[in-house]
Formats: sequence, C-alpha cells, structure tokens
Amino acid sequence: MTIAPVCFTPILQHETVQMAHGAGGRLSQSLMQRVFMPHIHNPFLDLLDDQAKLDLPPGRAAFTTDTYVVSPVFFPGGNIGELAVNGTVNDLAVGGAKPLYLSAGFVLEEGFLLAELETIVKSMAEAACRAGVMIVTGDTKVVGKGQRDRIFINTSGIGIIREGVNLSCRNLKVGDSIILSGTVGDHGMAIMTSREGLSFQSRITSDCAALNGMIGSILDEVPLAIHAMRDPTRGGVAATLNELAVSSSVGIEINETTILVKPDVRGACELLGIDPLHVANEGKLVMAVAADKVQTVLDVMRTFDLGRDAVIIGSVVDDHPGMVVMRTVYGSRRIIDLPLGEQLPRIC
Amino acid sequence: MCLAIPGKLLELSNENGLKMGIIDVNGSKTKACLEYVPDIQVGQYTIVHAGFALKIIDEEEAAESLKLWQELIDSGAFQPDQELPSPESL
Amino acid sequence: MKFIDEYRDPQLARKFLDEIRRTTTRHWTIMEICGGQTHSIIRNGIDQLLPESIELVHGPGCPVCVTPLESIERALAIASRKEVIFTSFGDMLRVPGNSKDLFMARSEGGDVRILFSPLDALQIARDNPTKEVVFFAVGFETTAPANAMAVWQAAREGIKNFSVLVSQVMVPPAMRAILLSPGNRVQGFLAAGHVCAVMGYEEYEPVAHEFNVPVVPTGFEPVDLLAGILRTVELLEEGRAEVVNCYGRVVSREGNLAAKQTISKVFEVTDRQWRGIGLIPLSGLGLRAEYAHFDAEKKFDLTHIRAAESLLCMSGSVLQGILKPDACPAFSRECTPEHPLGATMVSSEGACAAYYNYHRNFDVS
Repeated sequence: MTIAPVCFTPILQHETVQMAHGAGGRLSQSLMQRVFMPHIHNPFLDLLDDQAKLDLPPGRAAFTTDTYVVSPVFFPGGNIGELAVNGTVNDLAVGGAKPLYLSAGFVLEEGFLLAELETIVKSMAEAACRAGVMIVTGDTKVVGKGQRDRIFINTSGIGIIREGVNLSCRNLKVGDSIILSGTVGDHGMAIMTSREGLSFQSRITSDCAALNGMIGSILDEVPLAIHAMRDPTRGGVAATLNELAVSSSVGIEINETTILVKPDVRGACELLGIDPLHVANEGKLVMAVAADKVQTVLDVMRTFDLGRDAVIIGSVVDDHPGMVVMRTVYGSRRIIDLPLGEQLPRIC
Repeated sequence: MCLAIPGKLLELSNENGLKMGIIDVNGSKTKACLEYVPDIQVGQYTIVHAGFALKIIDEEEAAESLKLWQELIDSGAFQPDQELPSPESL
Repeated sequence: MKFIDEYRDPQLARKFLDEIRRTTTRHWTIMEICGGQTHSIIRNGIDQLLPESIELVHGPGCPVCVTPLESIERALAIASRKEVIFTSFGDMLRVPGNSKDLFMARSEGGDVRILFSPLDALQIARDNPTKEVVFFAVGFETTAPANAMAVWQAAREGIKNFSVLVSQVMVPPAMRAILLSPGNRVQGFLAAGHVCAVMGYEEYEPVAHEFNVPVVPTGFEPVDLLAGILRTVELLEEGRAEVVNCYGRVVSREGNLAAKQTISKVFEVTDRQWRGIGLIPLSGLGLRAEYAHFDAEKKFDLTHIRAAESLLCMSGSVLQGILKPDACPAFSRECTPEHPLGATMVSSEGACAAYYNYHRNFDVS
C-alpha cells in the first residue's frame, strides 16, 4: 500500500467535525481528502467507488466484523484506530485465515477534533501496513453532540482460510495442552487506569498488536496440531477458556503458577480488586494444541516478540465438562468462571 | 471487606488543605490521603483503602513474625522442597 | 509485591496447615466476619485444605450484602434525578433493589459514576456547582474514616452541593447478635484485620470474656488467614477465651486514633437494619446533627420508600452462618449472579457469590 504525498489544506488544531461532514456533500468530500486520503491509499480505495471490487485468491473465505467503542479513545500503547484494525485482523487469523481486506465505518460525534481523527486514521493506516492488509472501503457518519464516547469504528474483514487447517472452538480434544502467549491484563488495566476519576498513574501500556504474523508461522510449522485458537479480548482469558470448554464439552484445568502478570498490572489489579484473568487483552493468544507438538509450537512462538513469554498453562481433561478449573499454588482447586460484565473497582 | 493494599509512599503533597501522597504499588501509583497517618515518612509502607492510608506498616513486627514462622518451618518435619501434597492425599 | 508475596508463600501455608492438623483434637466452628476474608478463603481454597474437623462459617462481613433494600431503593431514587450526579464504590452497582440496580439506573439516563475514594466525589462537587453530588457511603469501620473525612472536608470548605447516603455498619454488634442467636454454633472468631487496623481490638475483649470465645484479629492473605486460624484453634484447644492479635504489622490494640477521632466527630452510633438479619441495635453509624445537611436521606425526601425482600432469598441465614450457600434451594437455580435474589449473590464478597464462582457443581474434594 503506498502513501502518496499530496498537498491539502492543513488541518487547524481547533477544527472539529460538523454534522455536514456526514451528509455526503462538499464537506464530506473535504473530510475524505483532508483526513483519510493522505494516509490510506490503495488501488481499491483510490477509485472512491461505493464498493471495492476484489479478486479473492482461491480457498474458503473467512469474514468477520467488530465495532470498537473504547473509552478513552487514546490510551497508553495505542488508540481506537489501531485497536479496530488489529482486532479484526486477529479475529480472522485465529480462524486460520490470512487476513486480506478490511472495511472501516466511522460514527463521529459532532465536535470531535479533526486533528485527533487524523491521528486515529494515521494509526489505522500504519497498523494495516504492519499487518499486511488493506483498508479498501469505508464510510463516515456524524451524530449530534452528546454521545459520551465521541467515536465508534466498525471494521469488517475478509481473509482466505489456509488449506487443510480446521480451527474451531469445538475441536478441543482431551489431552490437548493449553498455551497462552504472554502476560495477561495489560490492555484492560491500561484502559482502566487511564480513565478519569480513579486517581491513578501507571506505566501500563496496552498490548494491542496484530497476531497474524506469528499465527502464520505456527500454522506453517504444525498446521494440524492446532485445534483451536482465540484472542482473549473482553472477559479475558477466563471468558475464552470457558467458551472453549463449553463449545467442545470438555473440561479445562489450568495452573495458577503458570499465569504471568506484569508487576504494575498486578499492582493495579490488587489495588482495584480485579482478577487479571477477567481483564481484556488485545495482543495475546490462547491455543489448544495436540500435546505431542506443544514444544514445537512454543519454539516457534518464542522467536516472536509477541510470543516470547509463551507458556503452557494447562490442559484439556474429561472431568467437569464445560467448566474451567484452576489448581491454586496451594494445591486446592477452584472454578474459573465467566466474569459477569464490566470489571468494577471495588473496596470490598 | 476490606481491600487495603500495601504500598510505598513516594512523595508528599497538600490538596485542599489535606495531607496527600503518591503510593507506589508494584509500579502503579495511586493518590492517597495521609491525614490518618500524619507521621508517615517517604519510603515507609502503608495500607491504602478507598483512597486513604490507614496504617503505617510495622516493618519490624512483620520481619519478626516472618522469622518466627520461618523457624517453624526449619524446626518441623516438613521439608521445604517436598512437593506440595494435593488435597486428595490429606 | 512487598507485604503481600511473603504472605502467599505456599510452603509457609503448608506448614501452618500441618500445625493446624497436629493441634486439632476435636471439631471446632470458627467464623470470620469479613467479606474480604471470605473471598480470600474461598478463592484460595483454604476451606478445602483445612482438616475436616475445622469448620469455617462465613459471617455477615460484606457491607454490600447487609445494606438494607430500602437504602438501595433510595439510592436508585436519587440517582434517577436529573440534577444529581450519583457516585459510589463499584461494589454497589450491581446490587439489586426491588426491580433494578444502579447500572440499570445509569442506562436509563442517571448520571452514576464509580469512584475509588469519597474525596473524588467532593472534587466532582467542586467541578459541578450546578449539580447535586451524592456519595453512597457504604462500609464497615474500615471505610468509615474515608467517608467521615469527605463530610468533614465538605463542611470545612462550605461545599453545599454534596451529600452522603449512609450505610455504615460495625462488626462487634454483629458478633454479639450472632453469639446471642439461638442455635449459634460459632466457637471462635477471626476478627477483620482492616477493621481492627482502624478501631483496634480492645472492643473485642468484653465480647471474648462475656461469651467465652477467642477472637483473633487476622489478615487476608492465605498465610495470614492460616496463622489466624491456627491461633484460634490453639486458644480453643486450651480453653482460652482471649483476644490475640495475629496481624501485628497493621493492627494495634488501640487502632488508629486519628481515624477514630474523625469518625466520632462526624458520625454517631445508631440502630441499623442489616439486610437479611434485621435490626441490630447500635450497630451502625449515622451523621451527627451538626452534619445533618450532608445527609442525602434528609436532603431528598425519601422516607416514603419501602422495599420487600424476595421470599425465596435465604441470605439472612447465610449471613449468620446458619446455612451454607449451596444448601439454599434457590442457589444456582432461581438465584445466580446474573439474576441474584439477594445481595450475598451479587457482591463478589458475598458468600453465595463466592460459592457460585468458585465451587458450584464441582466436587472440590
């Protein structure tokens, strides 16, 4: 994807999104030209048609969509834009697909700063470039002032599933090892500690990243040994493991000693009374792997930055189907449940 | 209740006439009111609950207790590098 | 993490378990009255690891769980008012009233905000002079100093648009109520470590003496809990009804004098309703007359609000340690964290929620 230098009227710091920017007329065009086109360029988008006409390689297609409503919009380690790109890329990749094309739909609050929008769009372009995907079509609408979150982004993505690979949350087999690619809780705690009103300072940064490169290498090496893959976003590792256990009607047992948490994430979780297993991640992978190939998978992962802390956290068992149980460091066991909803800081 | 986490006082300040401080908890920092620990010094540890420091941790007492407990380990039959028995074997 | 990791050491924990096993010669029933301790016990499986002859019973130590339904209804009424910014600790947001909780009030348009500290509520009041800021001042004695300071500071600065909805409760009266209830089986208590950090433990000495029960101020980490349980068992085995401090790094006999002073400047002892238990005399705190203008119950006319508990809910018996959560007929059927019948299923510290989250349908042996 090329980024062609173009001379447009520079955006003044105080300029904001107006209702007319979403109305399809001259101001909409101006928005496209001044904010989007300087950063996102490819043969499909440049045509500015109502649709992107794509030649898809042969194979089974995977298609996904997600809408991003994060607050704050800018957080340590990223912003809503790169989250929107990486999240959708990851959703395709964990299905064994090579992500190819994305769409991006924006809903903006009247009054949103154009300079901030441009930063977000630029981040999206860079994230797309790193992930090797193209943003080929998009849309922008503007809503009246008063929506607290200020910007929503929907990205849909299409990719082609690698031949011979069958990844599904229903495929777990008793005896499989469960691998986790790294530390938990970084993204969710970065968001929580950067929200106003919590009197917090931390250096916690989001782990927002595209995983398709690492996933591609794993599947190159051992395509058949991976039974399921998920990125543990909302609800954390706890939610993902529960989904896998329920879908495959198996039990999962994990060891407390193997779960890695960064020190400042741990400190923030302790202070707020939040379980790191319930906190969202945006650059981590959970996998169910045939036990005889687990070392090969770990070796591949550890050659990547994103996988250098990869570790076996447990295994698939035939006890307690549909439930995830953790063995504590004391030798006792307890259920790891789906978190109910939003993680709330507590005093009790 | 009650979640009160130990942290180290990094700096002192004053806000609206109240003695305040920044407490470090493993790298994350939180603001806390120090009115209930007026003698606290930078570098001391305290427990923080609902944005308030409630007690200066008695480090000497803590060290003594831990030492005593460690003596229990050393004197007893339990070997520290033995694998922890599972509940089923109890 | 300093002062946490040492007290989570599995080998030290194992040593205490061995000592407890060696020391126990008969069945003992021990209660903790602290939601944080309940949570830690169940989360770390301490109850699974103890010998069968030690029975841990979970008392009414969760201030969220014991906040009366009326208070929740009053909170909901206040939160739905256009001129109000309603602020609260996160714990209270999912506690159900008659038909909804504060989360739902927020989705219906109420300005409901979660705070970490009551001083943050004061700041919101300063920043929003045209709004009425109300803080849901819930807690045991551990939280009373924070809540008291917010009111005291508001008075000092003359902040007019701030008030508190008080639901403060105290542990020693609850302990007495449990010891006085017919059929009580509790023989010893772990006293809540952070309550004691504030109040000291001198007020437990008459209880220990009068009812012939040992009371042991105990911390929250597994090693602290096991050390406290061991000490309690030792006292029981020796027939010594004393108060022995097992959380010395934070608890002293007289507690935090500055905190106690501010609490008694702002609050006075009152009778209090405990959800699921009923009225316990002189078991709560209310604002003193000179701070009455900070009382949200007076500021917003709320006396007409009444509430009715679910007939199925047995949280009262659970809170008093009479019933184990999984023995309740509604447990995990009509009553789950998604649709809780009572507060013990909502708060992560409530015994029912802890059982549901960690033990449900699962043979932990």
